[in-house]
Amino acid sequence: MSGVRVLVGTKKGAFVLTADGKRKKWEICGPYFGGWEIYHMKGSPADPDRIYASQSSGWFGQIVQRSNDGGKTWEPVDNKFVYQGDAGTHQWYDGTPHPWEFKRVWHLEPSLSDPDTVYAGVEDAAIFRTADGGKSWQELPGLRGHGSGPRWQPGAGGMCLHTIILDPSDRERMFIAISAAGAFRTDDGGVTWRPINRGLVSNFIPEPTAEVGHCVHHVAMHRSRPGVLFMQKHWDVMRSDDAGDSWREVSGNLPTDFGFAIDVHAHEPETVFVVPIKSDSEHYPPEGKLRVFRSRTGGGEWEPLTNGLPQRDCYVNVLRDAMAVDSLDSCGVYFGTTGGQVYASADGGDSWAPIVRDLPAVLSVEVQTLA
Amino acid sequence: MIRVLLPAHLRLLAKVDGEAMVEVVGRATIAAVLDALEARYPMLRGTIRDQVTRERRPFVRFFVCQEDWSHESPDTPLPDAVASGAEALLLVGAIAGG
Repeated sequence: MSGVRVLVGTKKGAFVLTADGKRKKWEICGPYFGGWEIYHMKGSPADPDRIYASQSSGWFGQIVQRSNDGGKTWEPVDNKFVYQGDAGTHQWYDGTPHPWEFKRVWHLEPSLSDPDTVYAGVEDAAIFRTADGGKSWQELPGLRGHGSGPRWQPGAGGMCLHTIILDPSDRERMFIAISAAGAFRTDDGGVTWRPINRGLVSNFIPEPTAEVGHCVHHVAMHRSRPGVLFMQKHWDVMRSDDAGDSWREVSGNLPTDFGFAIDVHAHEPETVFVVPIKSDSEHYPPEGKLRVFRSRTGGGEWEPLTNGLPQRDCYVNVLRDAMAVDSLDSCGVYFGTTGGQVYASADGGDSWAPIVRDLPAVLSVEVQTLA
Repeated sequence: MIRVLLPAHLRLLAKVDGEAMVEVVGRATIAAVLDALEARYPMLRGTIRDQVTRERRPFVRFFVCQEDWSHESPDTPLPDAVASGAEALLLVGAIAGG
């Protein structure tokens, strides 16, 4: 029987939520790694029982955990992330040069075909890869070595590489995004990279249309149309129809185009979900109403989805990696909040219900659709 | 054997009940104890000191016979009380954070 497994990373541990295909009754397991920040967990598309988790702490640094049994048991794997060669400098908040320093893993993206190959997006921004199931990690230095590296600057949350998207139609192509450098693409398996930020306008930086310097919050793609990308930028929801070569704004009638999370419906490539947040200085929904906005037209026209979501006195945030979709026939949509709620919709966003209400602040949500 | 008391989070990570026991060949120093500890419990690498620079992580401190040794050279010989196992080397996580 089909089912789903929702992997939830929080500020104080990891949780695994499971349900059958109806997605009505949920089993909550956890916390795993209690007391540690779990920035991200993700399962291998090639082997759903293989799951990787990024576990970190301000006291004790970075751990990477791996499960071979769907999250029931875990073992720590290698946690040595060393920049290749001379790490050099990037810009600090005040514009002065600052040495590159590893802080944590924000995102783990397992290969589409090999459970032992995983990409890790880290802070300070760089991409690493393991090809042995986490026993060792090597940097793909061409990204950080891109000529623009010394001009990259941290966003408020740090200079993090938070988004990694693998192109299912071209194994040599990958997209990544960095706050606050922007989006980049490789067409040669990660050897060389180029910025893909043309069309982005960020009025808070000295040169609003600069090649790099944009605070991209998240990017999403539908696997059937890997050339079409949707982006939630710091401000502005954007769309590219040419694999990031150019972008146009599709914020349309959103009440605010600030936000973090963005995702695409599993079966409708033109259906996109965002959670508008009031502003960069007020990280909560406008008017205290928690609303997911859905566009069925690939952006531009958006409808609020409110059924089952709190419509008063709600002041939580939904972080960039805290939204995901399953691929059951009726697409499930999930998101977690900094208030510790994980909401699920089993009908493509029409109605919502909390799976769980009182977890620690949710940092990430991923979903596995199980056969 | 040298006794090492780890912070609770690291005891859980290393699956250690109570104190960790490590054997140090040669002179007992904090560096030698950490080498032995990380060899026996590889999952602790990087959690107490940086894996490349070997510097103590800022929110971890070392206590020896009720004295703060965090700023001692890691190659300073430990007192006999710790080297002999009569006293434990304490690794303490800072009381900080939320």
